[in-house]
Amino acid sequence: MIKKLASYIGEYKKNTILAPALMVMEVLMDTMIPYIMALLINNGLEKGDGDLNYVIRTGVIMLVMSFGGLLFGVTSGMHAAIASTGLAKNLRKALFSKVQGFSFENIDKFSSSSLITRLTSDVTNVQNTFQMIIRMCVRAPLMMVFALIMAFRLNAKLASLFVIAVPFLAVALYFIITNVHGFFKQMFKEIDNLNNDVQENLLNIRTVKAYVRESYEIDKFEKITDKIAKIAVKAEKIMVIQMPIMMFVVNAINVLLSLIGGKLAIYGEVEVGTLNSLFTYTMQILMSLMMVSFILVMLVMSIASAERITEVLNEESTLKNPENPIEEVKDGSITFEHVDFAYEKGEDKNVLTDVNIDIKSGMTVGIIGGTGSSKSTLVQLIPRLYDVTGGSVKVGGVDVRDYDMHALRDAVSMVLQKNEVFSGTVTSNMHWGDENATAEEIKKACDMACASEFIEQWEDKYDYKIEQGGNNVSGGQKQRLCIARALLKKPKILILDDSTSAVDMRTDALIRDMFKNEIPDTTKIIIAQRIASVMDSDMIIVLEEGRVSAIGTHDELYKTSEIYKDVYDSQVKGGDDDAA
Amino acid sequence: MPPRRPMGPPPKLPKGRMKVVLGRLLALVTKKHAFAIVIVFICLLARAVLSAYGVSLLKELVDDGIKPMIGVSNPDLGPLYSVVIRMSITYAIVVFLAWLHSRLMINVSQDALMSVRNSMMRKMQTLPLKYFDTNKNGDIMSRYTNDTDTLRQMISQGIPNLFSSIVTIVAVFYGMIRMSWQLTIFVVLCLVIIVFVGKFLAGKSSTFYVAQQKSIGKTNGFIEEMLNGQKVVKVFNHEEKAVEEFNRLNEDLCNNAKRASIFANIMMPVMAQMSNFLYFFVAIAGAALIITGKLPLTLGTLVAFLQYTKNFTNPITQVSQEVASVVMALAGADRIFTLIDEKPEIDDGTVTIARVHENADGTLTECAERTDHWAWKKVTDGETELIPLKGFVKFNDVTFGYNEEKTVLKDINLYAKPGQKIAFVGHTGAGKTTITNLINRFYDVNEGEIVYDGINVKDIKKDDLRRSLGIVLQDTHLFTGTIRENIRYGRLDASDEDVVKAAKLANADYFIRHLKDGYDTVITGDGGMLSQGQRQLLSIARAAIADPPVLILDEATSSIDTRTEKIVQDGMDKLMEGRTVFVIAHRLSTVRNAKAIMYLENGVITERGTHEELIAQHGNYYRLYTGAFELE
Repeated sequence: MIKKLASYIGEYKKNTILAPALMVMEVLMDTMIPYIMALLINNGLEKGDGDLNYVIRTGVIMLVMSFGGLLFGVTSGMHAAIASTGLAKNLRKALFSKVQGFSFENIDKFSSSSLITRLTSDVTNVQNTFQMIIRMCVRAPLMMVFALIMAFRLNAKLASLFVIAVPFLAVALYFIITNVHGFFKQMFKEIDNLNNDVQENLLNIRTVKAYVRESYEIDKFEKITDKIAKIAVKAEKIMVIQMPIMMFVVNAINVLLSLIGGKLAIYGEVEVGTLNSLFTYTMQILMSLMMVSFILVMLVMSIASAERITEVLNEESTLKNPENPIEEVKDGSITFEHVDFAYEKGEDKNVLTDVNIDIKSGMTVGIIGGTGSSKSTLVQLIPRLYDVTGGSVKVGGVDVRDYDMHALRDAVSMVLQKNEVFSGTVTSNMHWGDENATAEEIKKACDMACASEFIEQWEDKYDYKIEQGGNNVSGGQKQRLCIARALLKKPKILILDDSTSAVDMRTDALIRDMFKNEIPDTTKIIIAQRIASVMDSDMIIVLEEGRVSAIGTHDELYKTSEIYKDVYDSQVKGGDDDAA
Repeated sequence: MPPRRPMGPPPKLPKGRMKVVLGRLLALVTKKHAFAIVIVFICLLARAVLSAYGVSLLKELVDDGIKPMIGVSNPDLGPLYSVVIRMSITYAIVVFLAWLHSRLMINVSQDALMSVRNSMMRKMQTLPLKYFDTNKNGDIMSRYTNDTDTLRQMISQGIPNLFSSIVTIVAVFYGMIRMSWQLTIFVVLCLVIIVFVGKFLAGKSSTFYVAQQKSIGKTNGFIEEMLNGQKVVKVFNHEEKAVEEFNRLNEDLCNNAKRASIFANIMMPVMAQMSNFLYFFVAIAGAALIITGKLPLTLGTLVAFLQYTKNFTNPITQVSQEVASVVMALAGADRIFTLIDEKPEIDDGTVTIARVHENADGTLTECAERTDHWAWKKVTDGETELIPLKGFVKFNDVTFGYNEEKTVLKDINLYAKPGQKIAFVGHTGAGKTTITNLINRFYDVNEGEIVYDGINVKDIKKDDLRRSLGIVLQDTHLFTGTIRENIRYGRLDASDEDVVKAAKLANADYFIRHLKDGYDTVITGDGGMLSQGQRQLLSIARAAIADPPVLILDEATSSIDTRTEKIVQDGMDKLMEGRTVFVIAHRLSTVRNAKAIMYLENGVITERGTHEELIAQHGNYYRLYTGAFELE
């Protein structure tokens, strides 16, 4: 996983190496300075009456080193920033292109919202962790080692105090982290619950109010907050020991240094300057230890993000272009030959079984069937959004798997059941269908989809700004915009998957009428719940539980298909309005 | 995935408001833990002072404990011991205090958090629907997430740190002055420069940070939009264009992030080395003073003073950071308090609902057990009147608009006698849903009145009014929990048998039994694994179990396919039996057996009558439902 992610450092290799290298220099400066400070006090002040020249000389050295530290620190920080933001950029880029190459099956597997998290917060987590690795993971241990070395050089006897203190603190920190980790995990889970609960309450507010369940919901919520508070208190009780323990160790060392060092100083075995600098080293060593513990926690937390990212990067698209793809779709004829299909492989979970259909170019075909009868699945096989698990689907006489996918999908235009318009103008949305569409062409398509009637009522007409998710257009308007967009592709096959459900019947009929007159050569496949939307088709397919139950025209089916007759009667016939 | 808050730092509050928010926060925190807070502040104060005192002991250590004894043949270790003992005690107390105040703050901050969360939820549940319709869910959500989190940080860390920094500065400053006012002036002058540089860097950094957040917002927005519409992208072969656009945004983001990150990174070394510079200048100057003897400075003083210098610069650089974070958190706290301060739904109703049983003479008596009879209980001047709950709903000249500029419903007059079914039809936006919103008082009428069994709905207590109404909404959202719990939502004391009965009535029993765990199947993520139709069946079952005298069905059957609809229809008929029903429907079959159909256009009922009458009228209703055939 790390190898995989590291390969995306790419052009930022130089920065990735420079950042820690410069950091080494900075640490070196930082740890040298107290040593020189000790020399300054010991040799400049304590020897005889003091040596002002020596003081100034060493003082200048210290300033120069400090300036060096500044320089190294700043450049290291810059390179680290460039490297980490660069890695993030490369990762996002790779992820996004990868997802664009995904098949429907891949997308279903991950789900949109999970992919979004991976591209946003997960990448940010990895970016921050990477930066930490090339800066702090170098700084903290080095600081400890260097400071220890310098301390021993100053006075080995006193420095041996650290040898006792460091393991003690390390054990204490380890104990705290391991104990607290479980509580935090629990707490994050509960916080997820809390967020979920709030979200549900917001979505369901009408239900809550309609059933007068306000106090029930409040009770439910308060149980969660209470649980969170209890876990948080437990976790923090352990956490708050960390700082005092740290302080205790620092202070204990200081006291011991004062006592032992003081004694040694009195007997002339150690000088005051040395003592002073050892105090500084105490801080440096223990701070770096704290930093290590902090880094460990961060690392553990970001491993999950790194894993989620690699998972996407390692995913192979389940649909591949053939070796020598056919680039042109001859006509709009469609043939299903013994088609079986299952979303989950292996098990006997066919959602389509032995489907045989023959559709001639230019036909209008209606498909009806109950929920779960796999209507959508059936049509999604035509532009090869999924691959059949058995049999074959042919478009223009050629197996869809032999086409170049791009060419196939250009010829087969599909309005999905769950459709989306994108932020931008009406025109920019229409350009999805045809990049080079002229204003007239767009208007023509919108006319056919009965969309121009509302577009032209807007002040900005075709420049009307559509918000993200199409929040400022109604369901029926959105559907008609999507149909217009699909028409602009000038497809050989047009598939409408329940795409007029929010459009009133009159408009629905108008649209179908337009299709008949304006694009007679295009094969039109219409999935609908309303029988009126399909009853005048050249061919109607009745699906039931993934099998073709009946095929025929309205008149034929009314006589032969029990299901069709039932549906028709429930929607159209009945009462005494047949006369109308 | 919790919704993200719009990017960028929250706007700053005006000064006056900041004070108000701070005051309320203080009140909130001190309400339960006033004593603990006092102790915490005493601890912080004592800790800072004692820490400063600890440093001054360094001077004694050197000047009294060590220096005089050096080279003495029989050194007196007494002064050294004395100093070390005092040091140990001081430090021990400091450590204890540090633990004590953090420990005390845990309960304070966690209680405050819980109380804030609970208050928000309690208030939220009382808010009128208008609030939810006019505020974005993500916005409300972020108060429970981001804003609460920054609040926690501020209470448990921000404010205590700020306080302790300030006390430390004062204490250290006092210690420094006592040792050498000349050096102190020198240090203060240098610090002014450091603070100035720090401010400059922080300013730059925040400019770049804002630019970065904007860029993140844009890129994430694009990612969200494209990935949510990924299937459309594929169907339209739009992948390459999407990648192209994304790369542009990504490049932009990288540049902005780089700049922001560089400034954040160099902040630390710059500040650290600048305080190092200061340290050296003090060391050199002090050393020079000692050597030349210009000032009566001892080595011990210098050592202690150097330590002070270190202890002085840290809190000063911290104060500005902490002030900034507190200001940010206050903006979040303000949003939280704004929610808590929202005005709840108005409910002046006094008429309540009561279970009754019918006496032999036809009069009603209130009772506690479950009966088949309900009544409105109206108390006037101590007199209790029981009016049988029948479900007679009448609209008298009702006019309504969601806001003042736009009237959605005009002069609506209609009535539904007990057990009658009234259907509303018309185009989207004609006002069908609005009418049903008024019956259960999700919104209140602007003019006119709605009368329920002879009582103005405004006089009925909202909770009781809503208990008498069942509702099946257009979009069914479910709660995390089992299917059984979701159905039982309609009536909490329903038995398992009742649940199954209701599910059978709604024809949901069949599909539920086919789920892996049947009625105990756990629904997560808003019932994503169920189809829209199945969710609606559950919603119908939920209404069935509540068993209300009046039902509101809002396009309840529109997403159920025609086959399933037929199955549902029987159940619905059973459910509707003996109840007053208001239904919004697109389908002929749903409206056909309605007692009356209201055709709505722009908030006005333009046609009304039975299906046959309306068809005969050859008006808009006729066109809406037969247009399809007419066009042939």
